Amino acid sequence: MRRMSRPAAVAAAVTLLLTGCSSGGTADDGKITLEFQSLAWQKESVDANKQLVKEWNAAHPDIQVKYVQGSWDSVHDQLLTSFEGGEAPDVIHDASDDLADFAYGGYLADLRDLLPDRLKSDIPQHSWETATFGDGVYGVPFLQEPRVLIANAKILDAAGVRIPTPEKPWSWEEFRAVTKKLSGDKKFGVAWPLKEPVSATLNLSLSAGGRMFHRGADGKVTVRFDAADQVAPRTVHDQVNTDASASGATLGMGGSDTLPGFFAGKYAMVPLGFSYRQQIVQQAPKGFDWKVLPAPAGRDGLAQGVSPQTLSVAEDSPHKKEAAQFIDFLLRPPNMVRLALGDWMLPTGTEALKDPALHTEKNDWATGTALAGDLRSAPAQSVRGYAEWKDKVATPALQEYYSGSIGLGELRKRLVKDGNLVLARYQR
Amino acid sequence: MRPSRPARAGQYLALLAYLVFLAFPFLWLISTAFKPPRELASLHPTWIPKDPTLANFRQAFDEQPLLRAAANSVLVAVCAALIAVVIATPMAYVMARHRSALSRAATGWVVVSQAFPFVLLIIPLFLILKNLHLINSLPGLTMVYVVWSLPFALWMLVGYVRAVPPELEEAAAVDGAGKLRTLVSVTAPLLAPGLVATALFAFITAWNEFFFALVLMKTPERQTLPVVLTHFLGAEGVADLGPLAAAAFLATLPSLVIFALIQRRLTGGMLTGAVKS
Repeated sequence: MRRMSRPAAVAAAVTLLLTGCSSGGTADDGKITLEFQSLAWQKESVDANKQLVKEWNAAHPDIQVKYVQGSWDSVHDQLLTSFEGGEAPDVIHDASDDLADFAYGGYLADLRDLLPDRLKSDIPQHSWETATFGDGVYGVPFLQEPRVLIANAKILDAAGVRIPTPEKPWSWEEFRAVTKKLSGDKKFGVAWPLKEPVSATLNLSLSAGGRMFHRGADGKVTVRFDAADQVAPRTVHDQVNTDASASGATLGMGGSDTLPGFFAGKYAMVPLGFSYRQQIVQQAPKGFDWKVLPAPAGRDGLAQGVSPQTLSVAEDSPHKKEAAQFIDFLLRPPNMVRLALGDWMLPTGTEALKDPALHTEKNDWATGTALAGDLRSAPAQSVRGYAEWKDKVATPALQEYYSGSIGLGELRKRLVKDGNLVLARYQR
Repeated sequence: MRPSRPARAGQYLALLAYLVFLAFPFLWLISTAFKPPRELASLHPTWIPKDPTLANFRQAFDEQPLLRAAANSVLVAVCAALIAVVIATPMAYVMARHRSALSRAATGWVVVSQAFPFVLLIIPLFLILKNLHLINSLPGLTMVYVVWSLPFALWMLVGYVRAVPPELEEAAAVDGAGKLRTLVSVTAPLLAPGLVATALFAFITAWNEFFFALVLMKTPERQTLPVVLTHFLGAEGVADLGPLAAAAFLATLPSLVIFALIQRRLTGGMLTGAVKS
């Protein structure tokens, strides 16, 4: 037998390899197949999502759902490319603050006529507002989390400070006084992880009545930085630079980065998302006693901005009705509870929120659930140009202000004057 | 002139410091991969885990299809490397041996093309592949990687071809060998280290690439390792650090093994080329 030459053998091998890894086609058996791209990432959450897909598929042989795993890290670019290429998944998991561009770009279906009344009435209006852009609703908000104070219970007890509750929270002034009392000897009352300072500042400012973005009668949005807007940022600034009751070292950190210092007793409290409890349960040293406290309240009580996780339907999907049916199934109250428990977050649905599993004292579920009624749409969510304002103006300005490099006057000038120049370009 | 003893010691110290600097992230990755969650959150981290565990590896394999993703990555990277080298070799030969305004322009274009950002290319590329029914297919991804690595592979190979003395080819021609025979029997063997280095470059480029794979591979069965690694990341940068480190450690192994296997040949070839020129 004649031997094959080496280059020919390599070429044949490559051809064989490529043929072997061809994706192949799908048989047209008349069934509808929906793609559901989920961003669930923690094991419990992925399991809950996959189990629900399995249950749906068992009950709906003609409408099968295919689970596709996406990732939070890159979802925006990946979706944008898929939309442009007409290959987007039918059911899309994302966060409401990522939807504006897609909604205004015509990539997402308006869900108002697709969703059943049960689901529409189950989710409160203030939650629907987070996914409302212009006249349409482009996502179903289903999971959300307040920012809370996670506290070292032992340090608080030893200091004898009043423990706040959702019914009787700390005011911003009281919070500042308490952190002062908890500080000293190279220890701090609070550690603010403000690597991304803008959304944290804006969302917490709502409690004091701060909005920063104001829509005029002509529909145009301008930035203001009034007294109410200044309450939360001034507190952080003064804790770091005047009282030494907040660590300056954590200003550039993400939430997870502050946990080692928190567990070591270096900081008495850390403001974090409610879902961070899962990491604390997993990583805290044995016997570490912690509790969840509500964030400080201002003249508007415990109001706080959030950007809930959402489920949307692609405008290009040929099976919008079926996709909406699947979303309805996924968000039935018992299923919403399963998703919430899997992600350690709060459901938006009023029926799901009543579930006893979300009112237990264990891991302070009850404290977080009590805050759900005060969660509002994040102030900047529907503002066009917000992303550029955030990156180019607000992030550096707030970082410099918090670290003490600039004062309140300069911060105000940058946020308002520079900020309005940016927004104006988007509103001509 | 031989360097003095203190100078030599200084050189070794500098080299050691450089190696430590280079190795730090990898050693830290290994250390993290074997630490239980409570040690990961310690304010005083240690190099050697106090209570080493394989739980992170078990969790990583339980939660994500790492083996399948690794197989996809290997397949795509090997195919891309082979195809890129096969295509680039004759092109590089022409560009190196027949110097003209055109070949200089081609070289310039190769360098410029490296500056294009991914996001500029991805949407047209996506549409082209969609029309070819190559979305969510490993051959489609392989094609992209070949195209992506080809300019730099070509640029590398041009240098290697220029290091081969043209006199050897002229001698072969005097002995009666044709162009193809000369290329296959004389030039190609001398280019072997360059071909290996170029293939390695193309392999590593494809092995590490994330964004194209993320956008083009839709179903879990087709996803490559870098894409699957991001599934250990949550919103706002929260990560499942232990399993992520374990999976990332496993993902670095093939590159390390390949480097270890061919390192001697690679450096030997480079030195040979240097002496000839």
